[in-house]
Amino acid sequence: MFGEFHPALGNADWAAVWLTFRLASVVTVILMFVGTPIAWWLARTRSKWKGVVGAVVALPLVLPPTVLGFYLLVAMGPYGPVGQFTQWLGIGLLPFTFPGLVVASVFYSLPFVVQPVQNAFEAIGPRPLEVAATLRASPWDTFFTVVLPLAKPGFITAAILGFAHTVGEFGVVLMIGGNIPEKTRVVSVAIYDHVEALEYTEAHILAGGMLLFSFLVLLGLYSRKAATSWK
Amino acid sequence: MEMMVLPAIHAQFQVIWPGFTLDVDLDLPGRGVTALFGHSGSGKTTLLRCLAGLERNSNGFLHFKGEIWQDSERGVFLPTYQRPIGYVFQEASLFPHLSVRKNLDYGRKRVNSGHKVSLDHAVELLGIGHLLGRMPDRLSGGERQRVAIARALATSPELLLMDEPLAALDLKRKNEILPYLERLHDELEIPVCYVSHSPDEVARLADQVVLLAEGRVIVTGGLRETLARLDLPTAFTEDAGVVIEAVVADHDEAYHLTRLDFPGGSVVVARRPETIGRRLRFRVHARDVSLTLTRAEGTSISNLLPATVMEVADADTPAHVLVRLDAGGTPIIARITRRSLDHLGVTPGKPMWAQIKAVALLG
Repeated sequence: MFGEFHPALGNADWAAVWLTFRLASVVTVILMFVGTPIAWWLARTRSKWKGVVGAVVALPLVLPPTVLGFYLLVAMGPYGPVGQFTQWLGIGLLPFTFPGLVVASVFYSLPFVVQPVQNAFEAIGPRPLEVAATLRASPWDTFFTVVLPLAKPGFITAAILGFAHTVGEFGVVLMIGGNIPEKTRVVSVAIYDHVEALEYTEAHILAGGMLLFSFLVLLGLYSRKAATSWK
Repeated sequence: MEMMVLPAIHAQFQVIWPGFTLDVDLDLPGRGVTALFGHSGSGKTTLLRCLAGLERNSNGFLHFKGEIWQDSERGVFLPTYQRPIGYVFQEASLFPHLSVRKNLDYGRKRVNSGHKVSLDHAVELLGIGHLLGRMPDRLSGGERQRVAIARALATSPELLLMDEPLAALDLKRKNEILPYLERLHDELEIPVCYVSHSPDEVARLADQVVLLAEGRVIVTGGLRETLARLDLPTAFTEDAGVVIEAVVADHDEAYHLTRLDFPGGSVVVARRPETIGRRLRFRVHARDVSLTLTRAEGTSISNLLPATVMEVADADTPAHVLVRLDAGGTPIIARITRRSLDHLGVTPGKPMWAQIKAVALLG
């Protein structure tokens, strides 16, 4: 149906765009819930495990996506611990499904959410928490009425980076999701397919769209930072 | 009739850090301003934080008006947010994302007991009514600190803790806030612990003094008695002096002078704006007091008090001594040279005249 507006893109391509958007949205929402407690713990703890946890969270920044994808594939496969567990739950196996893609993407994009939020928590420092305590606010109360509002710029940065990074993934998707139209075939994989098939027009449109999207996201991010740093 | 003020707070803390140990055991009265006084690193802020429950790794015991807030031996620790305290931090600590009004409301709306200090009263006391709609970054340093004090008061605290609230401010801002703190002192009926390293602030605001050095309590007692003691550590004697509370007795309009009366005598100072009958505190530094055997004639110094020598002690240099005198019930300290001590034959019990070269009026 979108084909009428862009004759060069087929329905399969629009399905890939829509799937990418859905994946990035779901992953971003999950990451905010998973990443926030990790970021809080990393920002506040004096535990000797801080370094270990911080390094594990940051691993996807440096690992080839294929390495991460390979281990996730093994873990979620029929003989892996996650695979056994999902089979026991009766939901079958995750690889080559949309939920499997979501799980893999959460791991892959975790550092992009944890680190800005952790930085924001660290920048707040202990003083506002102490002030809130002397004003009768319990720790939970303080978190919602002081920490969250003060860390808001960090959360916005984290959500933008988490979303954009999930949109931009390729290796992990290919390893975990494969290339199933409307299920796991996201834009980056679709571009790969078009290039393989020498369909350069479609590849140009999708690649150009990704370039524009990424540039606009980063432009928004950096001009927002400049604006807040002037305040 | 003055009532005996029973100790309402019993505090005993040990905090051990690398290179610093706080080890204190003290009783504080149930009202009035207690100055926690000492140099930086003496442990006064740590002690204040222990009272607030902000030092989780403190060991000790804290009893407040019949309630146990901390008893480390029995594993009792009332978290800060459950203690009925108000705390004013050294630097302005307003929530930057909330307006002045919402900052004031933050603590107040979390307190459900009857409001002894109404918000209006706190706002009026600190003179911040015109600032309510502003955001903290639109306030001056002095205004921010006044809002922070009002915010603490608006929770109707049973104990007010202030950590050098004026230290981060310049002299002009200090003088802007001090009158408000003096009003607090006069109007609040709760105990206040006030951390300071400024003798003038202490002299102006405090009723009791707890002198700390290297994590220990050196001296504790009433303001006048404590400052009049000669056995304070050397570090404090270079600034030795007494605080005298007087009443404005008379104005001499021709010479633009004001007479201040106190038990044991009076002093004449440059014309003050206060009306007759108002109470005023002033400070007499030991270095501004000299001694004569007879009432000096032909001197430009007009403030002469008959006084009896009580005690002689070493001063901060070997060339000087500190002499404590009693002027009809008011203690005076003089810092004179050891040579003068011998020439004049100053010994306890000797009647002399104290010449006061200068007084520092507080407020």
